[in-house]
Amino acid sequence: MRFSAQLEARFERFLARYPQRRSALIPMLLYAQDEVGWLSPEVIAEIAGRLDLSVVEVESVISYYSMLRRRPAGKYHIQVCTNISCMLREAEPLFEHAREKLGIEPGEITEDGLFSLEEVECLGACSWAPAVQVNYDFHHEMTPEKLGALVDRLREKRP
Amino acid sequence: MTAAPGTLLIEAARRAGIEIPAFCYYPGLSLQAACRMCLVEIEKAPKLQTACTVPVSEGMVVRTNTPKVHDARRSMLEFLLTNHPLDCPVCDKGGECELQDMVFRYGASFSRFREEKRHTDEEKWSPVVYYDGPRCILCYRCVRVCNEGMDVSALAIVNRGGRTLIGPNAGGHLDCEQCGMCIDICPVGALTSGSYRHQARPWELHYVPTICTHCGDGCKTTLSVRNNRVLRGNNRDQSGINGEFLCIKGRYAFDFLHHPERLTQPLVRQEGKLVPATWAQALRAVAARFRQLLEQGSAFGIIGSNHAGNETAYLLQKFARAGLRTNNIDHHRTADYAALIAALARSGVRPADRLAGSRDLLTARAVLLIGNNPTEQHPLLAWNMRTNVRLNKGRLYVVNHRAIKLERQATATLRIEEGRAGALLDFLAGQTTAGQPPALQPWNEFRDRLRAESDLLVVFGDEIKGDGIARLVAFGNTLGGVTRYIALGDYNNSRGASDMGLLPGSLPGYAPVEDAVVRARFEAEWNVTLPPGPGLALDEMIAAAGDGRLGALYVVGANPLKRYNLNAGSSFLVVQDMFLTETARQADVVLPAAAVYEVNGTVTNTCGELQRIRQALGTNGPRADLEIIGLIAKETGISLGPVGSEEVFDEIRRLVNGYNVAMAGLAAGEAVPTAPADGRDASLGRPDLVHSSGDTLFTSGTLGQYSDMLEAVRRH
Amino acid sequence: MAHPLEVRIISRRFGLPNSASIDTFLAHQGYEALRKALKMTPEAIIEEMKKSALRGRGGAGFPAGLKWGFVPRQSPRPRYVVCNADEGEPGTCKDRPLMEYDPHQLIEGILIAGLAVDSHQGFIYIRGEYRYLIDIMDRAIEEARGRGFLGKNILGSGFDFELATHTGAGSYECGEESALLESLEGKRGVPRIRPPFPAVAGLYQCPTVLNNVETYAAVPAIILNGGDWYHKLGTPKNGGTRLFALSGHVSRPGVYELPLGMPLRQMIYEVGGGIRGGRQLKAVIPGGSSTPVLTPEHLDVPMDFDSVAKAGSFLGSGGVIVMDEDTCMVKVALRLTEFYQHESCGWCLPCREGTLWLRKLLARFHAGAGVNADIGRAGELAENMLGHTFCPLGDAAAMPVISIVKQFRHEFEQHLNGRCPFEAKGARA
Repeated sequence: MRFSAQLEARFERFLARYPQRRSALIPMLLYAQDEVGWLSPEVIAEIAGRLDLSVVEVESVISYYSMLRRRPAGKYHIQVCTNISCMLREAEPLFEHAREKLGIEPGEITEDGLFSLEEVECLGACSWAPAVQVNYDFHHEMTPEKLGALVDRLREKRP
Repeated sequence: MTAAPGTLLIEAARRAGIEIPAFCYYPGLSLQAACRMCLVEIEKAPKLQTACTVPVSEGMVVRTNTPKVHDARRSMLEFLLTNHPLDCPVCDKGGECELQDMVFRYGASFSRFREEKRHTDEEKWSPVVYYDGPRCILCYRCVRVCNEGMDVSALAIVNRGGRTLIGPNAGGHLDCEQCGMCIDICPVGALTSGSYRHQARPWELHYVPTICTHCGDGCKTTLSVRNNRVLRGNNRDQSGINGEFLCIKGRYAFDFLHHPERLTQPLVRQEGKLVPATWAQALRAVAARFRQLLEQGSAFGIIGSNHAGNETAYLLQKFARAGLRTNNIDHHRTADYAALIAALARSGVRPADRLAGSRDLLTARAVLLIGNNPTEQHPLLAWNMRTNVRLNKGRLYVVNHRAIKLERQATATLRIEEGRAGALLDFLAGQTTAGQPPALQPWNEFRDRLRAESDLLVVFGDEIKGDGIARLVAFGNTLGGVTRYIALGDYNNSRGASDMGLLPGSLPGYAPVEDAVVRARFEAEWNVTLPPGPGLALDEMIAAAGDGRLGALYVVGANPLKRYNLNAGSSFLVVQDMFLTETARQADVVLPAAAVYEVNGTVTNTCGELQRIRQALGTNGPRADLEIIGLIAKETGISLGPVGSEEVFDEIRRLVNGYNVAMAGLAAGEAVPTAPADGRDASLGRPDLVHSSGDTLFTSGTLGQYSDMLEAVRRH
Repeated sequence: MAHPLEVRIISRRFGLPNSASIDTFLAHQGYEALRKALKMTPEAIIEEMKKSALRGRGGAGFPAGLKWGFVPRQSPRPRYVVCNADEGEPGTCKDRPLMEYDPHQLIEGILIAGLAVDSHQGFIYIRGEYRYLIDIMDRAIEEARGRGFLGKNILGSGFDFELATHTGAGSYECGEESALLESLEGKRGVPRIRPPFPAVAGLYQCPTVLNNVETYAAVPAIILNGGDWYHKLGTPKNGGTRLFALSGHVSRPGVYELPLGMPLRQMIYEVGGGIRGGRQLKAVIPGGSSTPVLTPEHLDVPMDFDSVAKAGSFLGSGGVIVMDEDTCMVKVALRLTEFYQHESCGWCLPCREGTLWLRKLLARFHAGAGVNADIGRAGELAENMLGHTFCPLGDAAAMPVISIVKQFRHEFEQHLNGRCPFEAKGARA
């Protein structure tokens, strides 16, 4: 399979970057996931082939890393940190609110395909807790109100 | 105590009689330090250290028997048992489980774990391999033996943390060599064998160590027997030449023994049809016809087996030569052993000094492999070659007309066109270096690399035979050190069949029949006059039978009519076999024979290593080949002397070049190298008949067709 | 806004307009340390580093100069410089501003490390969640290359150095140096058997210098101003300043650059503005979630490596997590255990099974289904992991639990009547 020209160019940069090709595996997987939405069997086979790895070697790596997904997520993947510093600043009620607001459980996708929800470990925003990441965007010092407004905003952005 | 520098603490302790328990540590495989069972106290180290990763050093003080160490072991076992099912009475591994043994020795008597266990369903990965995740203790032995030992890499670690499991390579299934090494190496009941699982408790079984009846490598397989059925094969005590190794055939392909089409009573052709008969009727029918033909002076043809033991082969040729007065005897030749022994002897060396054993492949500094595909055809020898490269820094040179898997371990590979092996040998043996066309540049480079080696061990397939072997030896003699050789033949007693004289021109031990002095020696022993000229070769016998020149064709454990796609014509055809093969279907009399696993005796592997085979099962109907030959001879009125396997073996020791071996090792179940002292006069007729069947890991000639497990794996 | 108690060395360019751009950097002493280092011998650079008493800012606190000195410069194999930007220790968020606001300072520090060990290739391993920082660093690397600070013949010195970012993909364990190298090689982030240490056999089994973002960030100032100057900013054997991340129940959480040795009390009550809502302090985790908790009796401990160790904890990654009187310490132990269980790589038995058992036990206990024996058992399970695991993650999981059980046993006992007393009070956690 082919990826977008932009991603192919990125892959070429990755492959040129490392003394050993296999080092490009995890970056390729993550950026492919960003483009395709998840690591489908096709994507896995493609990347395995490009790096001369067996599918099971690639699966073994994927299943180790928590950001690598073997099933689709929503267009906006909402990740609420509930680790210690966020927990001390009311991350748990925030997470409950996200569940209610979106009407989904962690791992599920809203019917319109826009949102998915995940409770995540420390995002590195402890001094600006509680933190939420939507895809790769950080949102600091979140409250249920701010999260609600963010979700509404994202919903309206829909073409 | 003292130990060599670099010795791991756990090994040094073991050698000193101190057990340091471990699950993940496994000699010959990469280090893991994952199970943490081998934690010991080392003076000056603040924390306990893993004995499997720390090499010994001068003045090191280690304590393996302190309360701290015991506490650590106990807590590791407690952690292991938190998720491991505690259902040893119904676990397949109960009674031979390392975890059970460790808990017995080092564990606490009760568990404090009160939480819920996690569960995953058992998975069937292939007809031979099942995986039960909750039992898995994640020692990674299976992954390592598959990656490092087998070079298959069909297993991987998946997920992480508490959800970690072992996963197969083909979407929930295993696409691999199905060797079962992962099962054997599993310390617990996580990986189980498709053929054995939930059949028996290990202490109910009768264990019979014998030699695998399939390829020519001669692995020891210990058959587990219950109620006169073989339930499994393995080599758990690692006592054979194969150490821990077995391939799918040694481990699973014993099931032909219990195949529903197994012949259990003699068949005699009446009105064009094979109908059941008693042994007495069948033997009388054979003997009556043989007597008649002998009186008429008709010609006989005899075709022997690649599987049956040396005693059978020896007695069969004795019956042919001394009894039926013919040298028309042959077998399906799969390697030109005669030519190798002759070439060595003619080059002025003692063949025994130049014929390598299977374990020499583990230590050889350099191995040259010409032809064949040992991964498929000689799994043990392939394992040894890989292990030598991996652990002993041996170098492997590969010449082949096709890509073979062992190239992955090769220092250098030379691809040649099919049929060019002879030209290459001339080149290798020659002195020319200059003026070669560019296409020969790789040949030059390859030869230069080989010439830089000494003590080369040359392993070759049926691509090299007859005069080619003489050229190979000539090349070997140009190298430094002692060049040694292994000729690769197909089956468990291919070498034995050849050594025992199932050849039209050779008496046992490659003694040429045309040589009156040689003949005289056997004539004196056997008290007969032997036919002087070479007999008909295999294809000539089949052709002669087809056009009525043979009075009778006697086939013991072979299926030549299938290979030659011919019929036996008007000849009287007697077939001794386990199954109604294509050849047996044309027979006038079919005699049901015992399998190698049902008899005592000896076999010789392709490297010339002699080993005992032992009877694992009694037979109800079939009889041992040796016994049948004896009975036919007796009924025919021919005296062959004593025909018990031990008496025949005594005669072999006395008369066959290279077989005068010490009995102690053999009796103890060891592999004893045969040592042919000479053979310069060996008869070298018809090298064109030397042809490997090219079996794969999942086929084994005619016999393999009757293994449901091989069939299932082929379909998988 | 800077706090008056801050001593801004590595954060001195934070807050400048366009602080991440190379022009801003160059206008504020940027790459001057590199120019100076290019004229120094590797031995002299390492000597300066040793004098600075800069101890690794990732968590273990190993002296950086010593580490660089272990790298065999004469090795025929290439040497690599790797930057650990896999910031993941709960309570720690200091590498983010260092890369976000001053990426060139990090590049300069890595370049100097490259000079010191004669390396020509560096990698910055950035956790996957920090994608925006990967983009910032990539831009900065391009800028630096464009101005001749990276690539061939840097500043006409003959020194070549390439630098690239590398993304992680979600694994705390990859913050462990050998696991990071495995991950950088495209494998599962499982640690390696050590020795050999990365200085001898690191990336691709080649000699490798591996330090934290903050460690490299401190290098330019050390080279410019001298190791002795840097050392004196802190306490003996604890040179310099450090970015402390204050989080939890302080009034003014944030990342502050403070001299090593500042008393904990001052850090919480003056820099952090005290406890939110005027409540009482109950506990402090001083160095990221892996370190044992301190209590109000430890408020006068100077926050440097040695003093905190003497108090029974570790300065770790400098993530100071402050907990007030309404915090349920059982819940804290549970949440931390959930984290370590989630992040355990599963390689070795005691961490894999120990964190899982402990999580199950603490979850049950916190939910009110505990019995008295569970309290001691939680501590014992953690003790059985401590010192027995393949890598420090097992110890990291064990230490906070052991310290909480020991110091807050009464809170566990309060859970024995079937519910969490703090949730009953309507407290936050």
